Amino acid sequence: MRWAGLSWWDRVRRDRILLLATLPGVGLLLTFHYLPWLGNVIAFKDYQPYVGILDSPWTGLANFRIIVSGDPAFLNALTNTLVITLLQVLIVFPAPIALALLLDSLMSERLKRAVQSILYLPHFLSWVIVVAIFMQLLGDGGLLNTFLRDHDLGTVSIVNNPDAFFALVTGQVLWKDAGWATILFLAALSRIDSTLYEASAVDGATRWRQLWHITLPALRSLIVLLLILRLGDALTVGFEQIVLQQAAVGADASEVLDTYVYNNGILAGDWGVSAAVGLVKGVVGLLLVLGANRLAHRFGEQGVYQR
Amino acid sequence: MTDRVTVGGVTVASKPVRALKGVVLALCCAAVIVPFAGIVSTSLATREQLTRDGGFVLWPDQVSFAAYAAILSGGVVTRATLVSLFVTAAGTALSMAATILLAYGLSRPRSVAHRPLLMVVLFALLFTPGIIPSYLVVKSLGLLDSYWALILPVAVNAFNVIVLRAFFLDLPREVIDGARIDGAGDLAILFRIVLPLSRAVLAVIGLFYAVAYWNAFFSALLYLNDTAKWPLQLVLRTYVVNQTQLGVDQLGAAGTALPPQEAIQMAILVLSIVPVLVVYPFVQRHFTKGVLLGAVKG
Repeated sequence: MRWAGLSWWDRVRRDRILLLATLPGVGLLLTFHYLPWLGNVIAFKDYQPYVGILDSPWTGLANFRIIVSGDPAFLNALTNTLVITLLQVLIVFPAPIALALLLDSLMSERLKRAVQSILYLPHFLSWVIVVAIFMQLLGDGGLLNTFLRDHDLGTVSIVNNPDAFFALVTGQVLWKDAGWATILFLAALSRIDSTLYEASAVDGATRWRQLWHITLPALRSLIVLLLILRLGDALTVGFEQIVLQQAAVGADASEVLDTYVYNNGILAGDWGVSAAVGLVKGVVGLLLVLGANRLAHRFGEQGVYQR
Repeated sequence: MTDRVTVGGVTVASKPVRALKGVVLALCCAAVIVPFAGIVSTSLATREQLTRDGGFVLWPDQVSFAAYAAILSGGVVTRATLVSLFVTAAGTALSMAATILLAYGLSRPRSVAHRPLLMVVLFALLFTPGIIPSYLVVKSLGLLDSYWALILPVAVNAFNVIVLRAFFLDLPREVIDGARIDGAGDLAILFRIVLPLSRAVLAVIGLFYAVAYWNAFFSALLYLNDTAKWPLQLVLRTYVVNQTQLGVDQLGAAGTALPPQEAIQMAILVLSIVPVLVVYPFVQRHFTKGVLLGAVKG
C-alpha cells in the first residue's frame, strides 16, 4: 500500500487478517469448482466405480469417438440442445426488453413497483414448482382442458405431448424468468438522460424514432453483454427443468446434453463416455464466451471483461 | 418514455396505445396471479367441489384445512419440510459467512496476493464443472447421503462474492481510514463499519442463497440415495409432478378419511412456496442494488 518498500513477508504480516478471511471461501471454490476438473481424467479412462479413478485402465481418446462417430443418441441430444437454445435466444431473450420498455412507460411509480413485484416472483420458485404449476394449468386434468371439456371443445395434449415439448419448455422459461430479467434493462433505462427525449421531441421526433435512436442505443452494451453470457451457455439448457419432465415425453423429444451425461453416465454407468461429452461441452462453452467477447471488442463494445 | 417527455405533448402516447399497454401488462400479471390463486384455492377446496369442477379450482366454495392438517401431522411431508428448513438455515449461514469473509478479504486491491485470489473467484464464474466430475469429488470426500453434499458444493457463489466485493469497494474510504487511524484492526472494521453499512445488499444476497438452498432439487436427487433424507422439493416431485398417490402410510397419524389427493398435492405446493413469499417483500426493494452492482462493476 503506502509502504511500497515492504518485503513480501512483511506484507503478508500486514494483511494476515484479509488473507485468513479469504481461506474458507477460496478453499470451498478450489475443492468444488477446481478439483472436479481433475475428475475429468476419467474421460480418458475406462472408469469402473469399484476399481477407482487411479486404477481404471487408460483408453486414450476412445471415449471421445461418440462425439464424431454420429451416434444417434448423442446427435439427438445435441440437436435438441441447439434447438432449445435457438428458441430461447429468439423468444426468451427479447421478451424482457419489451416488457421493460412497457414497464418504463408506466406513469405511476406505485403501479410500476406493484407490477414489478408480481412479475419478479416466479423467478424465486423452484423448477419443481414451476413444472407442477404448468401441469395444473395445461395438463390433461388441468384448468385449460377442464374448461375445454366442459364446453365440449375436445382437449389438447400439451404436457405429455413430445411434439409440444419445445414450446412447453420455452413457455416455462418465459413465465419464470422474463419478469426478473427486466430488472437490468429497467436500470439501464432509468439512466438515460431525459433531456435527450425532450430535445428530440422539440425536433419533432416520433416515439418510434426516439425508441430507435435514443432508447435502444442506450441498451446496446447491456444487450451485447447478456448475449455473450447466453452464448457461453449455448450448450446448457434448463437441466432441472428437463429432467423433471423427461418421463412424460420420452428421451427423443427431451434429451439434451446435460441430461445425456446424467442418464448415460450416472444412471446407466457409462462414465467415461459421459465425462468425455461433459468435458467437450465445458470447453466449447468456454471458447464460445471468449470468442464472443473478442467479437464484442471488435465492434467497440465493452463485453464481459476488458483487455 | 412518456412520463419523461412533456414538451408540447408531442410524445404522449395516444389513448389506444396506452390501453393496449395496460391490457398487455394486466395479462402478464394475471399469468402470475391466477395460477397462485388456483393452487391456494385447490388446497382449500372440499372433495365435492373438486369432483364437480375437475382437479383445479379457482375459488373454493367452502374452505377446508384438512389437506394441511394431513401433511403436517408428522409424515413424509413434515419430515421433508424440516429437512429443507435445516439445510436452508445451515447452508445460508455458512454461505454468508464464507462469502462475506472472502469478499472482505478481496476488498483492498493492494493487499498481498490480491490478484491471484481474485482470479480464483473470477474463473470459478467461467468454468462450471460438469455433473460427473462434481459427483466424483462429492463421492470421494465421503459426502454421499450426507446433508453436507447439499451445502458445501454450492456454499460459495462466485457471482455473489463479486457483487459483495464491488459493494465493499464502493464504501466511503474516509470512514474506514478514519477508523484505522483510531486503531481499529481489519476485523473490527469489518464488524463495526463495513457490515452495518451493507445491510441492504447482504439481505439480497442472503435471500439468493436461501432461495437456492430451499429450491435445490437435483443435488438432492444426485447425492442422497436414502429417500428418508429427501428435502421438500423431491417430495414435491414424487407426489405432485409424478403424481404418486399419498396414502395413510406417508401421511403419518392422519385420521381414516383422507382429504382429496388434489388438495393434498396443492397444499404441499403452497407449503413449498410460503417461505419464499414470507421473505420476499422485505428484500424485494433492495433487488436492484444486489443485482446491479455485480453486473455493472464485474
